[in-house]
Amino acid sequence: MMHFLLLFSRQGKLRLQKWFLPLPERERKKIVKDMTTMVLSRKPRTCNFLHWKDLKIVYKRYASLYFCCALENKDNELLALEILQRYVELLDKYFGNVCELDIIFNFEKAYFILDEFLMGGEIQETSKQSIAKSVEASDMLQETMEEYMSKPAF
Amino acid sequence: MTPSVRLQEMIRVIRSARTQGEERGIIQKECADIRAQFRQSDNGERSHSLAKLLYVHMLGYPAHFGQMECVRLIASPRYSEKRIGYLGAMMLLDEKQDASLLITNSIKNDLSHSSQYVQSLALCTLACMGSAEMCRDLAPEIERLLRASNSYIKKKATLCAVHIIRKVPELAELFTPSARSLLSEKNHGVLHGAVVLITELCEHNPDTLDQFRKAVPELVQIMKGLVTSSYSPEHNVAGISDPFLQVRILRLLRILGHNNDTASDAMNDLLAQVATNTDSSKTAGSAVLYETVLTIMDINSESGLRVLAVNILGRFLLNNDRNIRYISMTSLQKIVQSDHNAVQRHRGTIVDCLKDQDTSVKRRALELSLALVSAVNIRSMMKELLIFLSTCPPELRSQTTSGIFNAAERYSPSKRWHIDTILHVLTTCSFTRDAFWNLVMLSHFFNLSSQQPLVQVACWCIGEYGDLLLKGECEEIEPVQVTEDDVLDALETVLQSHMSSPATRGFALTATMKLSTRITDNVDRIRSIVSIYGSCIDLELQQRAVEYNALFKKYDHMRAAVLERMPVMDKNSPGHTNGDTSGENKEPDPSKPKPVEAGLLSEPASQVCDLLDLLGGTDTPLQPNPGPNSTPTTTSSADLLDLLGGLELTPVLTETIYEKNGLRLKIQCDKQTETEVMVTLIGSNSAQNDITNFNLQAAVPKSVQLQMKAPSGNVIPAHGLGQVTQTVVLNNPNKVSLKIRIRVSYSNQGAMHQDTVQIDSFPSPACQPSISPL
Repeated sequence: MMHFLLLFSRQGKLRLQKWFLPLPERERKKIVKDMTTMVLSRKPRTCNFLHWKDLKIVYKRYASLYFCCALENKDNELLALEILQRYVELLDKYFGNVCELDIIFNFEKAYFILDEFLMGGEIQETSKQSIAKSVEASDMLQETMEEYMSKPAF
Repeated sequence: MTPSVRLQEMIRVIRSARTQGEERGIIQKECADIRAQFRQSDNGERSHSLAKLLYVHMLGYPAHFGQMECVRLIASPRYSEKRIGYLGAMMLLDEKQDASLLITNSIKNDLSHSSQYVQSLALCTLACMGSAEMCRDLAPEIERLLRASNSYIKKKATLCAVHIIRKVPELAELFTPSARSLLSEKNHGVLHGAVVLITELCEHNPDTLDQFRKAVPELVQIMKGLVTSSYSPEHNVAGISDPFLQVRILRLLRILGHNNDTASDAMNDLLAQVATNTDSSKTAGSAVLYETVLTIMDINSESGLRVLAVNILGRFLLNNDRNIRYISMTSLQKIVQSDHNAVQRHRGTIVDCLKDQDTSVKRRALELSLALVSAVNIRSMMKELLIFLSTCPPELRSQTTSGIFNAAERYSPSKRWHIDTILHVLTTCSFTRDAFWNLVMLSHFFNLSSQQPLVQVACWCIGEYGDLLLKGECEEIEPVQVTEDDVLDALETVLQSHMSSPATRGFALTATMKLSTRITDNVDRIRSIVSIYGSCIDLELQQRAVEYNALFKKYDHMRAAVLERMPVMDKNSPGHTNGDTSGENKEPDPSKPKPVEAGLLSEPASQVCDLLDLLGGTDTPLQPNPGPNSTPTTTSSADLLDLLGGLELTPVLTETIYEKNGLRLKIQCDKQTETEVMVTLIGSNSAQNDITNFNLQAAVPKSVQLQMKAPSGNVIPAHGLGQVTQTVVLNNPNKVSLKIRIRVSYSNQGAMHQDTVQIDSFPSPACQPSISPL
């Protein structure tokens, strides 16, 4: 199972953090610091896998964002690369040519999409279309509510 | 969309802050707003305030005051508020917070909500941060949803069940019946969840594992369907149909086939099919192949299949993609013991990977190479490993050296090769604890034979660098904790062994003494060793021990300074020829451990003090004489050159400076410039008997640098039949008036003689020394 998934910029600013294990706040902050330091110091043409404590760290850089996840020993690293790729594709489909700013200004949507793709550290749905449809439908629900709210109260 | 814009507006404002302080100010203000907002009654703005708070939280600022708001929002009937409330719960609440219990009821209600998206929120949150207690509470609900709901909810309920089992293993039984039936679902999401659930159940309980073995044929069918299916756009990734599901099924098959022949047989064909048909040009295919290889190696597969698997790994090794090379080496590492011969076939490629740019790949290649070393290939492998050591990154150095030493110890074809290898390692990289300890152990071993010089070098190393041996973290794979007692034991063994020569014992005693300033706990033990040898029969040892004792007692304040570590010698300094130095007490350059002459190190501190006293408070630095050199040929040729050089330029002037007991000492000016003077001291013997133990020492004023070349010998034959010459170079950069004090010692007819002569002035340009005997 995946232990956590982090997105951070080239300057080490955190853009998204999803934790699949209960950890105290202080520990989470430390892990984020460790990950950003480790991943940002990697040279360009090195492999995407690292060892950290007893976990396998898989990271991939997409434009200005680093996607970094931690796996257990029995997990498949190459598949993790595919998972990261799939998430980026989902974001891209949703935002249309996604860039870092989209994720900054719409971080809650990034989380909603992730929550349709992964759950409890495991893959929930393997079909891109299915995920896209669910997110759209949820948004519709929200839209309706928003509209309702903008009506004057009586 | 005004409310959302407000969130984005806030984000914009925060990002525009130019300093950390400015940002903090903005955030403080926003948080105050948010708090006020929370305190107000419901007005539809709460969800946006919480969203803002979550952003602030992600920047690293405290947000605990939002926890109760999450609870309230989750309980709201509005979807938008639930959505952000549940997100907040996943981000701000974890099972350790008390507030998390408060949402259990809301979750329970939402699990039965009419809208599947609300149900989904509840399931997702439970699977993310559900505590054991919450899981126990809600497990029956989840089980119900597993059976009777649409695919969308089923797949989420399945993963929620996985989380529950991880938190509360006893609840596994609850989900076992439904899990099997899920395998007949068509929906890939549900199927995937089902496979994960079954995997989790099997890992938790061996009985359940037996039960699910019956599902192997079904799983094989599903896999076959995926592998041979026609193109399905919904699940296709780079030509592979749903690689995520394929990998998960292969992993489950691995668990089910492990140590079970029937199950393994049932999957043999499938595995062969996947292994041969999967296109590995992209990562997705490689991921599936990788999982297949792992499965083949872990079940009771036929040998043909195993060979196929190793060959796939071998192919991976040649792949351009660095990730795939890395993966293949990780896998080969796992099977190198069980399928040693198969992996050996790829040894060449693995050794090539030592030269890869990437440190991770290098590390894997190193581990694998070390595992592949055997008695057959030790020589060629060691060559490669030593080449690697000279260029390897620092973080791998200690692992490499310990690996090399282990391999050398187990497979060395000869003792000599073993020593050569260790010495090669020592010269290649700077001191490591491993190198030391191995040298110590090796010398221990060789103490039993008669490799005295090696023992001496080892003793010297321990004495000088003993503190490095003892302190510091263990970088080795199997840490060897060296204690002070171990080190002292080693030295004492050398001292007491009847195989040690007196010189070696001298080394060991000096090393023990040096350790008294480098270790902390066992100083008393050192004291007692030293005092025991104060009554040793061997004169040399006794003298040393007595003097060291004095260092402990009367001169304790000087002990640390006297026993201080040698500074690193500059290899390019002018006087650095074989055995010579310019400067302080000679010690062999640690990076060139060659057998050291006993005489070179027999310079205990007290002897130095003696000479200082003799020269009575003058500031002249002492230049002890280099011992009789083992290569007189080089020195005499140097003398010859000097003589010739001297002949060319200035008239050669010789002056007798000392004459007694048949010994005549002459000084001859060979060369003189403004700042440099080169003289030769010539000793001749007119007596009836040979003069032996002829030794010269010299001292010069402080700013002058003195270099004494090795003498041509230390025996002057009688009747003037031969001479001993020694060249001395004086470098006088400050052009002070040159003086030189020479102490001559020799034996004649069994009697020891010692005299000192001072030459006060070297008037320039003609070299006309004026002598005053002392």
